Amino acid sequence: MPEPSYNAAELMIINAARLLKDGDQVFVGVGIPNLACNLARRTHAPNLQMIYEAGVIGARPNRLPLSIGDPTLVSGALSVCSMFEVFSLYLQRGNIDVGFLGGAQIDQFGNINATVIGDYQRPKVRLPGSGGSMEIAAWANRCYIITPHQLRRFPARVDFHTSAGFLEGGDARAKTGVRGAGPQAVVTNLGILKPDANGELVLAALHPGCNFEQAQANTGWALKQAETIEITPAPAEEELRILREELDPQRIYI
Amino acid sequence: MSKLTSLSEAVRQHVHDGDLVYAAGFTHLIPFAAGHEIIRQGRKNLVLARATPDLIYDQMVAAGCARKVIFSYSGNPGVGSLKWLRDGMQNGSLEWEEYSHFGMISRLQAGASGLPFMPMRQTGALDLEKANPLYRRVQDPYGGEDVVVVPALCPDVAIVHVQRADSEGNAHIWGILGEQREAAFAARRVILTAEEIVDADVIRSDPNRTLIPSLVVSAVCHVPWCAHPSYTQGYYDRDNDLYLRWEEISKDETGMQAYLDEWVYGVKDRAEYLSKLGEETRERLKPGLRLSAPVNYGSY
Repeated sequence: MPEPSYNAAELMIINAARLLKDGDQVFVGVGIPNLACNLARRTHAPNLQMIYEAGVIGARPNRLPLSIGDPTLVSGALSVCSMFEVFSLYLQRGNIDVGFLGGAQIDQFGNINATVIGDYQRPKVRLPGSGGSMEIAAWANRCYIITPHQLRRFPARVDFHTSAGFLEGGDARAKTGVRGAGPQAVVTNLGILKPDANGELVLAALHPGCNFEQAQANTGWALKQAETIEITPAPAEEELRILREELDPQRIYI
Repeated sequence: MSKLTSLSEAVRQHVHDGDLVYAAGFTHLIPFAAGHEIIRQGRKNLVLARATPDLIYDQMVAAGCARKVIFSYSGNPGVGSLKWLRDGMQNGSLEWEEYSHFGMISRLQAGASGLPFMPMRQTGALDLEKANPLYRRVQDPYGGEDVVVVPALCPDVAIVHVQRADSEGNAHIWGILGEQREAAFAARRVILTAEEIVDADVIRSDPNRTLIPSLVVSAVCHVPWCAHPSYTQGYYDRDNDLYLRWEEISKDETGMQAYLDEWVYGVKDRAEYLSKLGEETRERLKPGLRLSAPVNYGSY
């Protein structure tokens, strides 16, 4: 099999972009999620709107934003509001379709830890903490996670629930009354995990050239497979061109 | 009445040992110059609150100003961690109190509105609620789910940087607004730093842009480039280079001390910092022009 002509970051960004729909209101972070949104906007989702937790609505960044509050997000944006307003009027009110989440650990039920490894009061490794993710995970209609597939990132249980996936599975999430549907896909460099009816993340798709054994070896629980495992279409030349030439020409994230 | 004073005088008068300080600004308008002045004046036992502590609080913690931090995201976004905060929390030398972004700014919103607490919807993630006893739940008195509540945060002093203000402290802000306004209204005292001091007529020409009125402001300081290495929309860009190098600069005591010696203790004030920063860097960070369309308020 020939070496693929794309790298893991490009593969994850392109597959995340394909999950976005035209017209989606997306709560987006910098880095890889930002690239996925911009790629979707330039391909199949021209009416996708990017909303940043800093309070920027409908950003049209001219350059690759390097911080969550980059000034390029503001120039040419539709609206700017305070942080309290973006979290209350947009997120809590239910106006956000998609949220992107990240963290050090993601567990079997899509719960995320971005806070601490070890005991909270006596942390072994102190991580940055929630930022906006506690509310994004609860209140966005759908959430997506983009992360390299590594064993240490996929424990069966996370040390700390920074943000809620399906909690202990079953109807545990629904019982809390949170409005969002929770994590709908975890895009990795090997494939895509999706929640089953019980809220457990199962292997739903593999990227070209990847196999189940690789995914299992890098997952900390007995990974189930969806009824049919799709093979994701390889990144198209046009997707790669937009990413490399227009969105991240200096190759900061890709 | 003019409230104009120097930054060093404002810090001397309004920032005391043990104070709860909120240096506002979400990525944008972070008042580094004020943080540096607090370090130079040797304040101790401060409680430093910010949604994102950023490099400014990493420096203040390293310089020994703080006993505690209150935050919602303690990282160098997109780059890595804030080593001095992280180490302080890991080795027990620094107290902390933690929220999500919404919890943190809801506390300010309550403080700014004169309310005892602010309700938020439940999130399903219970661990932070359990770890921080200031998160509570109360029953919705109109029926329905319990809501999560956080108490008002009323800092002893807020430091807020703005694009322009008049000498009384009426201030225009544009670009990312973060929690500037809430911090100013919540705090007992407010130090306002501004890129430009303008005539009151300029402020009155665009009243919708006046987010902070003189009535909550204690002192006004003219401090160009106050926010470097963060940025001021329309004035100078974020110095991402320094944010990227921060991991390396701050990785050990020698590196951190060298940085503080050179850029904080080694300069008298922001004007000296600025000339040290040099013309070339300032040119590099200057944005192009992008004006908004004027609006007609009408003459009545």
